[in-house]
Amino acid sequence: MSSLLSVGALADGSWLAVPAISFNIEALGDRFWSLTIEGLAYGSIYALVAVGYTLVYGVLRLINFAHSEIFMLGMFGQYAVLMLLGFSPSGNAYAEGAVMTIVYLGIAMIGGMLISGGAAVGLERVAYRPLRKRNAPSLVFLITAIGASFVIQEFVHFVLPALTDGELGGVNAQQPIRLVEQKEQFTIFGASVTNVTLIIIGSALVLALATDMFVNRTKFGRGIRAVAQDPTTATLMGISRERIIMLTFLIGGVLAGAAALLYTLRVPNGIIYSGGFILGIKAFCAAVLGGIGNLRGALLGGLILGVMENYGQILFGTAWRDVVAFALLILILMFRPTGILGETLGRARA
Amino acid sequence: MPLLEIKDMTVGYGRIEALHGISLSVESGELVTLIGANGAGKTTTMRAISGVRPLTRGSIMFDGQDITRMKAHLRVLAGIVQAPEGRGVFPGMTVQENLDMGHYARKFANKAEYQATLDHVFELFPRLKERRAQMGGTMSGGEQQMVAIGRALMARPRLLLLDEPSMGLAPMIIQQIFRIVSEINATGTTILLVEQNAQQALSRSDRAYILETGEVVKSGPGPELLADPAIKEAYLGVA
Repeated sequence: MSSLLSVGALADGSWLAVPAISFNIEALGDRFWSLTIEGLAYGSIYALVAVGYTLVYGVLRLINFAHSEIFMLGMFGQYAVLMLLGFSPSGNAYAEGAVMTIVYLGIAMIGGMLISGGAAVGLERVAYRPLRKRNAPSLVFLITAIGASFVIQEFVHFVLPALTDGELGGVNAQQPIRLVEQKEQFTIFGASVTNVTLIIIGSALVLALATDMFVNRTKFGRGIRAVAQDPTTATLMGISRERIIMLTFLIGGVLAGAAALLYTLRVPNGIIYSGGFILGIKAFCAAVLGGIGNLRGALLGGLILGVMENYGQILFGTAWRDVVAFALLILILMFRPTGILGETLGRARA
Repeated sequence: MPLLEIKDMTVGYGRIEALHGISLSVESGELVTLIGANGAGKTTTMRAISGVRPLTRGSIMFDGQDITRMKAHLRVLAGIVQAPEGRGVFPGMTVQENLDMGHYARKFANKAEYQATLDHVFELFPRLKERRAQMGGTMSGGEQQMVAIGRALMARPRLLLLDEPSMGLAPMIIQQIFRIVSEINATGTTILLVEQNAQQALSRSDRAYILETGEVVKSGPGPELLADPAIKEAYLGVA
């Protein structure tokens, strides 16, 4: 649909090309199931990244805008691990066999998780902890977050290539290293399900369940919830708030790193210094959509956003995909300002 | 040697000084009360003892150890546990989860020890046993106070700090809470109690301190202060 262009006149008499908005309800009907499945795959990536925003917001009341760059570092992290494993960019996908491919992907995912998790904890130490020590107002945290986001981007843009002999980073996207050839595995209601989709949804499901168990069932999870619900009392219970904050950044970072690998399976040429930005904002939207501070809200919000924007891009034209995501956010917040599942980590609002 | 000894403690909020060098001590096994009007500095004192408010001057000794600069979560491990003002019940956690928060920092030697402590808490507050699965935020004020005290007991405190447990409760519930406070003290737990309800608190305390605008103005055995005409007039509403 994006090939249809309507043309508008600007004030100075020049012409501006604007993608036409269409309303193609037939296409939506025809491709409903494939759009849903594809949307769920994207949505589960948003969901994993959204957890990082929501947990940090829960314990610090801070929107960590640099989280999108933590995700971006994860993409480079897994890419670097694949290079260390001996893979190099090639036109065709490697054919290592199912078992070895999963092993290599697993190693790359762990690499991405370590890089992102480490970067998130480092970011907290370098950027936010000093501000907390000085009791900085929340606006300062927000501006620091935006600043940190640029610093990380420019690090990958300019510094990383110098450190790696131009192998990593720089102005262009990395040449894709492809381990998996997208192939249809089976169909649901006539919609094809590829191996990549299966890996994405499967891994995300496992990670989401593990995170939910961790936060709701374990002692450390109880610590996170306690700090989110009442920081002072949590301290009186013998919880080190600093340690909980670190743990929260670590979980968020690790999940972003895992999401980074899954994302590169679907979008192999998205590994670029600016590649986290839009996805990060969408994941943030997902967190707000579900109710920021609420873990299950973030997971649900991610899935809803992924599916809805996929419907939207067929309905209105691919160029309108991002618009659909943000319009949906505004629409839902108008009617439910605290998001779908409400605010904060399981807090029962009296 | 007192279990808790505070010397010349000064605490400020920004430039405003809330405590102007107070000194007090609590002997092992005692029930000591801090009486004072709103804004006298009672809660500030409790927060400073727990380590969530830093001192600008003075020292806190606990069991012969200087804990003036010790981090708050380590003081819980040392045995200082507080049921804070306003109860601080975690609203989105069940009663059981709230109780388990009490021993977050402290590990039990074995399951039996944990069970014994939990049973002890449920013995003191049978209501909590019935409501184990209820969310903290949906409990009544009295029940929340029970959660707060029970949660503190789960840490097996050597010094239990109770900040206004009677606040906002019905007279009958207040009676019940005070009875239980005496009972906890009778089983050997040292208690420092902050109260505005002077009648109840003084009659049950071994000793008490009267706090006025950040200073200790009087101290002595509970019943003795209860008989003091000046205190009667100021805190008990009788001339």
